[in-house]
Amino acid sequence: MAALHLHNVTLGYDRHPAVHHLNGEVAPGALVAVIGPNGAGKSTLLRGIVGILRPLDGSIHLGGLDSRDIAYLPQSAEIDRSFPISVFDFVGTGLWRGTGLFGGIGKAARDKILRAIAAVGLSGFENRPIGTLSGGQMQRVLFARVLLQDARLIVLDEPFNAIDSKTTADLLALVKLWHGEGRTVFAALHDMEMVRNHFTETLVLARGPVAWGPTAEVLTPDNLMVAMRMCEAFDDSAAACGEDGRSQAA
Amino acid sequence: MIHDVLIGPFTEFEFMRRALAAVIALSFAGAPIGVFLMLRRMSLVGDAMAHAILPGAAVGFLLSGLNLFAMTAGGLIAGFAVAILAGVVARSTGLKEDASLATFYLASLALGVTIVSIKGTNIDLLHVLFGNILAMDDQTLLVVAFNATVTLLVLAVIYRPLVIESVDPLFLRTVSRAGGPAHLAFLALVVINLVNGFQALGTLLAVGLMILPAGIARFWSRDLTAMICIAVIAAAVSGYAGLVLSFQTRVPSGPAIILVATVFYVGSVLFGRVGGLVRQMFPGRHLEA
Repeated sequence: MAALHLHNVTLGYDRHPAVHHLNGEVAPGALVAVIGPNGAGKSTLLRGIVGILRPLDGSIHLGGLDSRDIAYLPQSAEIDRSFPISVFDFVGTGLWRGTGLFGGIGKAARDKILRAIAAVGLSGFENRPIGTLSGGQMQRVLFARVLLQDARLIVLDEPFNAIDSKTTADLLALVKLWHGEGRTVFAALHDMEMVRNHFTETLVLARGPVAWGPTAEVLTPDNLMVAMRMCEAFDDSAAACGEDGRSQAA
Repeated sequence: MIHDVLIGPFTEFEFMRRALAAVIALSFAGAPIGVFLMLRRMSLVGDAMAHAILPGAAVGFLLSGLNLFAMTAGGLIAGFAVAILAGVVARSTGLKEDASLATFYLASLALGVTIVSIKGTNIDLLHVLFGNILAMDDQTLLVVAFNATVTLLVLAVIYRPLVIESVDPLFLRTVSRAGGPAHLAFLALVVINLVNGFQALGTLLAVGLMILPAGIARFWSRDLTAMICIAVIAAAVSGYAGLVLSFQTRVPSGPAIILVATVFYVGSVLFGRVGGLVRQMFPGRHLEA
């Protein structure tokens, strides 16, 4: 059974599609990159997959996973870094599935949190408020939380943006570790080299799907050119879409 | 002498004891709420809510005169109505919560003042606007204490989702549906505590014993738990000192309490350990690492 099944999915805002008629399946354990220009709908697609944006049309099936089996790493702008919370407590929120509203954080959980913080190379930062971290350190913290979420499906939205090469390498190693553990990883990315070298499967997105398949076959100059030419602006006077959505790019 | 000034009023007069008990109850419940209001950048929302309570309290006043029970019930109903309506409008239309609330509270305040002035005198209006903690009877004190207890219990229940929703709302939405209910419960707590403060400080100053202590705490700690403790202590000390000041100088009690808190606040802005002005101006030599 597919880990993720997209059936004629249209996602968007105010009836304007940002992702248009997308069909596809992701096998369990796949390592999928989503690439495309700014405004191509990458973040929108990820929001749809994790369930915080409802599709305008079509459906997204998660192969029996519920929302707690998904870890989502958004672009960091959504986080209030001025809130007085320590690295330890912030990473600890990743244990929500186990603790819920009231569950205590016992010795075992504390050790887990400390191990996750160590795994991203931030030992010694446990008591620092998150507001004092650099951009790269904050990204490490977010990865530590994803580690703790222990999710079957991991959705990463441009996780390596504005991150130096050392941090990128460390965090990419975690992504490959998750892949090795059989988790499904779905990541929006910009770095073609990274996609080519590390991701087995690629979706080229430009509102609609340009291509989706094994990275080596999909990541061609032609496909990238098609994606680049995508028109970015919504058309305010667009008519209602009549397409039945069966069409799909190669 | 010192005993006469600081303790005498409370041993001698029952209304002072009741007032002291009331401000302490207000401090324990209101200050933590104020800390969250501040951290969620909702300080002015609290202020707006305080005004939103007015028409309900005014209807209570219209029906049964200066009866604090009726006014409390009315205030709660109006406050909840405005909080929930504003929350629903914001969540379902994408209008920012502050804008949504501003429209509701302006309408509410205008309606409230109109209702009070239709029936009452200017003195009634003053009482509604600024409260009178010294006129509190046993029943009212029990209401205040009950509301404070409920606040602490509910806060304990929603504490975790509330914290996570404050720092990373998107994350909470992906792992749990508790965010929305926690947010609404928090707004309800804001209303309960405003109504509570309303008895003592009136509609204009009710939010003072919530926000000022929170502002004070912000200058002394970067830790949420410590901030809440500092805020509670700051509120209780301000309440006590304000009552003493009010008793000795015949200044109205509500403004006296808020002015004492303001003095602490100014002191914290100047000398606070976290971001205080003096500390910024004389930070000392920079460290090695």
